[in-house]
Amino acid sequence: MIYMDNAATTRMSERAFEAMRPFFMEQYANAAGTYSFANASKEAVENARKQIARVIGAKPAEIFFTCGGTESDNWALKGVAQAYAGKGKHIIISAIEHHAILHSAQALEKQGWDVTVMPVDEYGMVSAEAIDAAIRPDTVLVSIMAANNEIGTIQPLAAIGAVCKKHGVLFHTDAVQAFAHIPLNVDEMHIDLLSASGHKFHGPKGVGFLYVRKGVKLTPFMDGGAQEKKRRAGTTNVPGIVGMGAAAEEAAANMEAAMAKVSAIRDHMIARIEKEIPYCRLNGHRTERLPGNVNFCFRFIEGEGMLMLLDANGICASSGSACTSGSLDPSHVLLAIGLPHEIAHGSLRMSLSEATTMEEADKAVDALLTIIPRLRSMSPLYEDFVRQQA
Amino acid sequence: MYTEKVMDHFMHPRNVGEIENASGVGTVGNAKCGDIMRIYLDIDENQVVRDAKFKTFGCGAAIATSSMATELIIGKTVQDALKVTNKAVMEALDGLPPVKVHCSLLAEQAVNAALWDYAKKNNLTIEGLKPPVDDVDELEEEEEE
Repeated sequence: MIYMDNAATTRMSERAFEAMRPFFMEQYANAAGTYSFANASKEAVENARKQIARVIGAKPAEIFFTCGGTESDNWALKGVAQAYAGKGKHIIISAIEHHAILHSAQALEKQGWDVTVMPVDEYGMVSAEAIDAAIRPDTVLVSIMAANNEIGTIQPLAAIGAVCKKHGVLFHTDAVQAFAHIPLNVDEMHIDLLSASGHKFHGPKGVGFLYVRKGVKLTPFMDGGAQEKKRRAGTTNVPGIVGMGAAAEEAAANMEAAMAKVSAIRDHMIARIEKEIPYCRLNGHRTERLPGNVNFCFRFIEGEGMLMLLDANGICASSGSACTSGSLDPSHVLLAIGLPHEIAHGSLRMSLSEATTMEEADKAVDALLTIIPRLRSMSPLYEDFVRQQA
Repeated sequence: MYTEKVMDHFMHPRNVGEIENASGVGTVGNAKCGDIMRIYLDIDENQVVRDAKFKTFGCGAAIATSSMATELIIGKTVQDALKVTNKAVMEALDGLPPVKVHCSLLAEQAVNAALWDYAKKNNLTIEGLKPPVDDVDELEEEEEE
């Protein structure tokens, strides 16, 4: 099998898995316990907090554990909106945010908040100048993702953060795809809140965190016990947090080498596809791009067929086509960068990891060399196109 | 997610292609929604479907239903071909996931549209044949050359 869906989830790091192991059968204490048996759990959780804080230049006390990226995104938007409703009810997001942000913003809209959705350019880039112009006296929060999950475009976080700081508006970034993959620094980028999810960087599923800058107010999202300084109730997911901490530390230590290695394979795939397959289009920014993201649209064909034929070749990938999104519309991200529906339906995302080899990359491209002509030979759109060319 | 029959018809689609000087051609669906099916029919003087070919832009289920629909109508009279419903196509494929039922409707409509084109070209009235509909399931417009 060739696994190229690392933007969906990753294989767990063995080191992270080993770090978790004692916290299931041996050190199973509730971290809130007062007996000494709970000490190892408590210490391990605090150690993970440090491991994670270090990756983004935060203080450990600013890291709050959640059950994943979706909870972190929901909490950041709804928690800040409620805490600052007295200041204003306007928030700014971008058109290419993950559904966890888009739908949270829509939920706030229904409750009377005003939401401005910033457009993106053809590469999926949000403009810091445009945000500068969109901020109003009643704006309380700007939420722009660090890097896009579909097309991999990395946003100008430092410039956006500077604009927010200038206006005294909070800045949240959904860094689910970016954290532990590319350098992020909450001080240099003026980030007030940051969401991430363990399983996107070789940690376990079901755990994530929200970075909340000291002094930022946030209403709790989960009501209940006094965990996480009374800000996030629920029994501490000790093994999950330990695994995520270990994975974050490992990824951060290895980040520079991983970025160089993975982006070289990415660029090799992009170059081969552009050279060897006609009527394709690279989606996303060519250089301001996640190291592991390859995303193309192939004209005249639809994504699901590509995925099924890739699967038959043992290759796991994903698509933003309607058929794979469970609706009639293709991905909102591809539409936001200006692609017409029929082209957006033919998208293919192959997301790599450090484990991806050059040989696998070549095999995947080789598979496309037969899959795409095969689907085109069945396509009435291609038939019409060829007739028009004749 | 798909039955073995659907996978078989997707991996090894029957009757892909075009028919030159076809007796009837029907195209339904639109690129906006992600499915277009085109069916070519070769119909003999006894009004029997001698051959059928298809071209489909769409998901795995769209390709499989087109393939199965052509299989089901070859050798049938125009009257019997008209009776091949989307349910018959689905049954022949051992079922489709609920979100893909519209693919079978599209296949039924593509056959219907090709028969309509045949009737029109030959000035025939075929009992039960209705003009191609614009709205298949939630698909909105129809795209015809």
